[in-house]
Amino acid sequence: MTLLAIEGLTGGYGGADILHGVDLRVEPGEMVVIIGPNGAGKSTLMKAAFGLVKIREGAVLFERRDITALRPDQIVRQGISYVPQEQNVFPSMTVEENLEMGAFIRNDDIRPQMDRIYTFFPRLAERRDQVAGSMSGGERQMLAMGRALMLEPKLLLLDEPTAGLSPIFIDQTFERIRKINEAGIGILMVEQNAKQALAVCDRGYVLTMGRNRVDDTGPNLLANKDVAEMFLGG
Amino acid sequence: MATDLLQLAIYGVVSGSILTLGAIGVSLIYGILRFAHFAHGDLMAVGAYFAFSLVAGLGFPLWASAPFAVAGTALVAVAIDQTVYRRLRRVSPIILLISSFGIAIALRSVVQLIWGPHNQVYASGIQLPWRVGDIVIKPDHVWIVLGAIVLVTALHLFLTRTKMGKAMRAMSDNMDLALVSGIPSERVIVVTWAVGGGMAAVAGIFLGMDTRLHPVMGWSLLLPVFAAAILGGIGRPYGAIAGGMVIGLAMEMSTVVIDPTYKPAVAFALMVLMLIVRPQGLFKGNP
Amino acid sequence: MELGGLLTYGVFFLTQAGIYAVLALGLNVQYGLTGQINIGVAGFFAVGAYTSAILTTATSSAHLGGFDLPFLVGIAGAMAASAIVAVGIGWVTMRLRSDYLAIATIGIAEIIRLAFKNEEWLTNGVRGIPGIPRPFVETLGADPLISLGVVLGFILLGYWMVERARRSPWGRVLRAIRENEDGVMAAGKNVARFRLQAFVFGSSLMGMAGGLYAHFLGFISPEAFMPLYGTFLVWVMLIAGGAGNNRGAVLGAFAIWMLWSATDSLTRELGAEYATQAGALRVLLIGVLLQVILIARPQGILPEHGRRKGSR
Ligand SMILES: Nc1ncnc2c1ncn2[C@@H]1O[C@H](COP(=O)(O)OP(=O)(O)OP(=O)(O)O)[C@@H](O)[C@H]1O
Ligand SMILES: [Mg+2]
Repeated sequence: MTLLAIEGLTGGYGGADILHGVDLRVEPGEMVVIIGPNGAGKSTLMKAAFGLVKIREGAVLFERRDITALRPDQIVRQGISYVPQEQNVFPSMTVEENLEMGAFIRNDDIRPQMDRIYTFFPRLAERRDQVAGSMSGGERQMLAMGRALMLEPKLLLLDEPTAGLSPIFIDQTFERIRKINEAGIGILMVEQNAKQALAVCDRGYVLTMGRNRVDDTGPNLLANKDVAEMFLGG
Repeated sequence: MATDLLQLAIYGVVSGSILTLGAIGVSLIYGILRFAHFAHGDLMAVGAYFAFSLVAGLGFPLWASAPFAVAGTALVAVAIDQTVYRRLRRVSPIILLISSFGIAIALRSVVQLIWGPHNQVYASGIQLPWRVGDIVIKPDHVWIVLGAIVLVTALHLFLTRTKMGKAMRAMSDNMDLALVSGIPSERVIVVTWAVGGGMAAVAGIFLGMDTRLHPVMGWSLLLPVFAAAILGGIGRPYGAIAGGMVIGLAMEMSTVVIDPTYKPAVAFALMVLMLIVRPQGLFKGNP
Repeated sequence: MELGGLLTYGVFFLTQAGIYAVLALGLNVQYGLTGQINIGVAGFFAVGAYTSAILTTATSSAHLGGFDLPFLVGIAGAMAASAIVAVGIGWVTMRLRSDYLAIATIGIAEIIRLAFKNEEWLTNGVRGIPGIPRPFVETLGADPLISLGVVLGFILLGYWMVERARRSPWGRVLRAIRENEDGVMAAGKNVARFRLQAFVFGSSLMGMAGGLYAHFLGFISPEAFMPLYGTFLVWVMLIAGGAGNNRGAVLGAFAIWMLWSATDSLTRELGAEYATQAGALRVLLIGVLLQVILIARPQGILPEHGRRKGSR
């Protein structure tokens, strides 16, 4: 059963449409990457999947259920978590509180999952009582991911998880995302580091000006001449 | 002179306690809904009069009527939000502010309609004050300060120990992220109004104990309350404590040198000074 | 009521409504064009009224002056004095969010009220200033119709000034600031300066209205200004008429003043023993009316030109 299916999505922020009939799908356990130039509508597509954008036409299906009209808090309950591109932590709250907020809708014991996240991101365990606003960019990115994982989602949406990180941190982050994916969590991520992203993903989509441009497997896209010219630095 | 100043400082702490309770509510609401709630002073008056009805009408002692007044005022705040503010929330914070100005006027008219335009007091007669050397301390003043300490502590525990309290801080920190984390914003907003309204009711009751009840009592306090909230960094409930104390003390101590009529001007001057040198407040607010 | 009485009442009614129309035009410059919130309208109004009164009354030992100057000098002084107060308050708040301006104007209005009540050397305190001459009384006589004509003339003047300002490049910058402050700042414009200019311009019109009021009544005292209700009525007038639209501001002033006066005669039926309740009920009605307008027709009777419905 297809995990996420976006079908002919058209919409925007109330003014002119930003997305024009975008199609996209993520199969269970798959890692899918979206690349494209700045302003192509990648973030907008992520937000649209999460009920944060006005959708005029098309549909978003999650495990074949139509979630197009649901509110974000209802979508979270379906098993999708989302890490926005910017401002993705609660700055005045501690690491631990951030994780708790990620699990707001859970009423069972969240300790075991929190411990798992601390094991996965040991840095967060060291900083559990520090306020998020005083952490480094890389640490915040970990926290943002940890927050999203608190719900043990079936699908994780990541918007540029490596933006602004140093090369070592970027490698680490891709490694972690791969591990999350190996645990069976579907991943849909937007990435600027196209080369690395395409190397680890199953499939990729190229988005330009709010439209599907190319989609193919990761290796094929890496080998694609047009794509290489556009995004991979020749 | 020294005892005079000490005496004024005591009054300052008392009015600072009242201002703090009001400013915390203003700050909480600002943090989550991003607008200056101009009807907050009049909510205080509503709380004070609710308690008055129970005291004067049913012969309740004041301490026993306070919980009912708090619940009643919280309910009024939530009802106003659900009937009016909720519909305007998506429009803009400026419209909310204007609407709350209208609500302030309407609430005051309701108070006048129900309880009349005249001064009222909870208990007539003069309380026997305690004397410590040359310092005079009224029992009511002790209750006010203790009550404020208990409430502020309770609020602190609520904000740091409960899931709902943390959700309130989360929404005030980053509204969009709170939404995508699945925090049910409407429920948190309702709780915010209940807490803010409840604190306003206590502030109103304390103000009534300290002075008297009058339909304009709340509006008159709005300026110092906002001055306290801004001084502490608006949107930062903890800053409101410091802000409330500074404004309360400054207003009372200033009477040494200037006419007491101009106490509001002192609050205003401090606020303006703060806006010039450090608009984000003592603690970083949301300018 | 016989015809003569009705006519007198009509003149009286129109004159008062006209003064409110000038106030609404002033607020329209601040809120309608620029998006600034002034909750201290009554303060600027009072500054204008007292300034003109002090400038034009005969010399008196009871208050500052009077200086026995002509009516028009009084009005000019009223505008200047309100403008000076506005410069002071605006200088502090123009760089900040509009909420801070709103709070600051409450403060300034309160301080003005306290000062006019307590500084007897300046204003004769609660006893007020009597004997303010009617406009052009020496040349045209004291007919109330003259006052009405003068007030209508000033509405036209105010309307002409604000409408010209609105259509000018300056007015376009103000609206651009209201819609997208960062964009205007990025275009290299000094946003704070434009805001300050609009605030001062609007406040001087409020001062003008205050001056007209003083000459129209002939006597002013702190009690004559229902400070808060005055401010509130002006807001309801502007929102009801259509913020951003000058004809809307004037229309709103007349419509709401008619409503306000009508409720007065309604509540008078209740009798004197319920006078205070009746007063409160009137205010409550207007308070509820504002909420209804904000929810059901936020753009007002005459929406701003070129504005999409509900897009504020
Ligand atoms: N909140 C918003 N309101 C209105 N328009 C917006 C908003 N956010 C983005 N846009 C517009 O939508 C278009 C697509 O933006 P989007 O953020 O989706 O691009 P992106 O592909 O994520 O770019 P980047 O690589 O820079 O993150 C842009 O033209 C942008 O200006
Ligand atoms: Mg993006």
